[in-house]
Amino acid sequence: MTPELQQAGAEALQRWRQKEQVSASSGGRSASFGRLVHAHEPDFAHGVALYLDDITVSFDGFKALNALSLAINVGELRCIIGPNGAGKTTMMDVITGKTRPDLGSASFGQNIDLLRLRENAIAQIGIGRKFQKPTVYEQLSVFENLELALAADRRVRASLFSRLSGAQLDRIGEVMALIHLLPEAQRTAGLLSHGQKQWLEIGMLLMQDPKLLLLDEPVAGMTDEETERTAELFLSLEGQHSLVVVEHDMKFVEQLTEGWKKVTVLHEGRVLAEGTLADVQANEQVVEVYLGR
Amino acid sequence: MKRDRMPEVPALLDVKAVLDPATALQEASRPRLLTPAGWGGVLLALAIVAIAVPLANLVAPVDSVFHLSDYAVGLIGKIMCYAICALAMDLIWGYTGILSLGHGLFFALGGYAMGMYLMRQIGRDGNYASELPDFMVFLDWKALPWHWAGSGSFAFQMLMALLVPGLLALVFGFFAFRSRIKGVYFSIITQALTFAAMLLFFRNETGFGGNNGFTDFKRILGTPIATASTRMLLFVLTGGVLIGFFLMARAIVTSKFGRVLQAIRDAESRVMFTGYDPLAYKLAIWTLSAVMCGVAGALYVPQVGIINPSEMSPAASIEMAIWAAVGGRATLIGPIVGAFFVNGAKSWFTQVVPEFWLYFLGALFIAVTLFLPNGLVGLAAQLRRKKKDVAE
Repeated sequence: MTPELQQAGAEALQRWRQKEQVSASSGGRSASFGRLVHAHEPDFAHGVALYLDDITVSFDGFKALNALSLAINVGELRCIIGPNGAGKTTMMDVITGKTRPDLGSASFGQNIDLLRLRENAIAQIGIGRKFQKPTVYEQLSVFENLELALAADRRVRASLFSRLSGAQLDRIGEVMALIHLLPEAQRTAGLLSHGQKQWLEIGMLLMQDPKLLLLDEPVAGMTDEETERTAELFLSLEGQHSLVVVEHDMKFVEQLTEGWKKVTVLHEGRVLAEGTLADVQANEQVVEVYLGR
Repeated sequence: MKRDRMPEVPALLDVKAVLDPATALQEASRPRLLTPAGWGGVLLALAIVAIAVPLANLVAPVDSVFHLSDYAVGLIGKIMCYAICALAMDLIWGYTGILSLGHGLFFALGGYAMGMYLMRQIGRDGNYASELPDFMVFLDWKALPWHWAGSGSFAFQMLMALLVPGLLALVFGFFAFRSRIKGVYFSIITQALTFAAMLLFFRNETGFGGNNGFTDFKRILGTPIATASTRMLLFVLTGGVLIGFFLMARAIVTSKFGRVLQAIRDAESRVMFTGYDPLAYKLAIWTLSAVMCGVAGALYVPQVGIINPSEMSPAASIEMAIWAAVGGRATLIGPIVGAFFVNGAKSWFTQVVPEFWLYFLGALFIAVTLFLPNGLVGLAAQLRRKKKDVAE
């Protein structure tokens, strides 16, 4: 390598470093030139957290999702409703990497292609999912369930020698209080009531601190009081996190949308209608789908 | 999370009060390796293995009540090797929920690695007075085959006793776990693997002594293998390894790694959607448990004096699962108890009423499955609880 080339290289590096510094300190100028995008971090500069485009999934010829397109904004709380078999759970499977679509694209932020990642990688970049049937580690205690969900290094060696710090311990205590399971901390999760398991799973999701939460029928099997508290909790998360809530319970949806937020109606694997709850409930097609003819 | 909109969170002090700082919080955040009673048990076991048994066997006069016969020492030594396998089974089956029916293969591979070294130690004292092992002379081979190249070195063969089972498990496990083969399918494949290996080792051309395997060992590290002191040394070593592995296993299951394994057993999909890669975790514990079996095999062969392909038979691997189930899964101590109980019963039955042994084993397995889902250790805990209830 010649000295001139070395010189040129050093200068280029210098320029790049300066540019990086400027872009990092410029603050507030979203979607501008010189903004750095890191490969493993979602880029939300355009305000879209999740973008599904033309997703098609078919099982033996049956189209569970039929060219579904959907965009969720950063900090948005979006309720998705729809009759059984509308493709709500399949949609979540696609987003979290469980099912690969035949067609279409799905991205997190504007730079992360979800279709190229495996389940655990998708969870690590910040998408948390709650299953329809509460799924907790039945043989472990409530505390241990939350401990495992705590955002931390997920590699084998790290977990072999991991010790909880005081701050992490406090965080677990905080979430336990939030989901009203503090008195049950040492109880085996399998012995909790159905509603408590739902809460525990939501708590585990919070421990992960995801940017996007996918919640599949989170209040199924809960008492009215528990449902109300869940709604409060979700509303408190709105803004900081993006939430997608699939639910049948219209009262719950009403509470979450607070009369103005957008609701998406899925039917036969595609978006049938979108708008406020009142709008979609007045929509003739929606009524037809729900009541049948 | 927005703090201001959160429902009331009790002050930090309350959190700790509810958790009971003395036990619960400490236990949960940094679980103890063993309780004081547990440490006492470990020390007792160590004392028995390293002091009591050698004294009773070597020092106590033959007619004394404290005398322990060579036969008994050999039997206990053998069972301790089995107990190591049972412990390995517990890590992979009890804690991770993966039932392997092929662990006999890893045990046998460790045994064969040791056996190859012991065959070379015979030197010219074999029936044919040749440098080559007898079976090679019998097959009219003129030189050692390539895979015997390192067999003259003790250190190399011991390394192989760890590496061969470990690497085989790593490669096999990688493909099986990556393809998400689970449950009974995984069990069947491991069973097929050990069966295939058995057929391979039965053949004379593979250079492992065919169906006779290796036997008639004379020396280990230059000293005669059948003397009382050598046997006792092997016994103490085996006991030490068993206790060491127990402590290691205990450290694993009380770590966060161990809790992830249990989480995989209970809800693998949740583990995945929490961001853990189950493949790495399963592969790590699977390989470790294979290496443990390899070590057990290497300790087993010089004590028992023979290794042949029957150790790879499907039944041998299934028996390991039975030891773990009888003793109590996911308890660590249970499988060790199970190995001693089942093998103790086996040696008693085969001496007194040999024809009933298999019936007994079958009945035992059914009884445990139906009435003792937590095994013998679970039964003991149940009885203790009942006693407590009565006392109260």
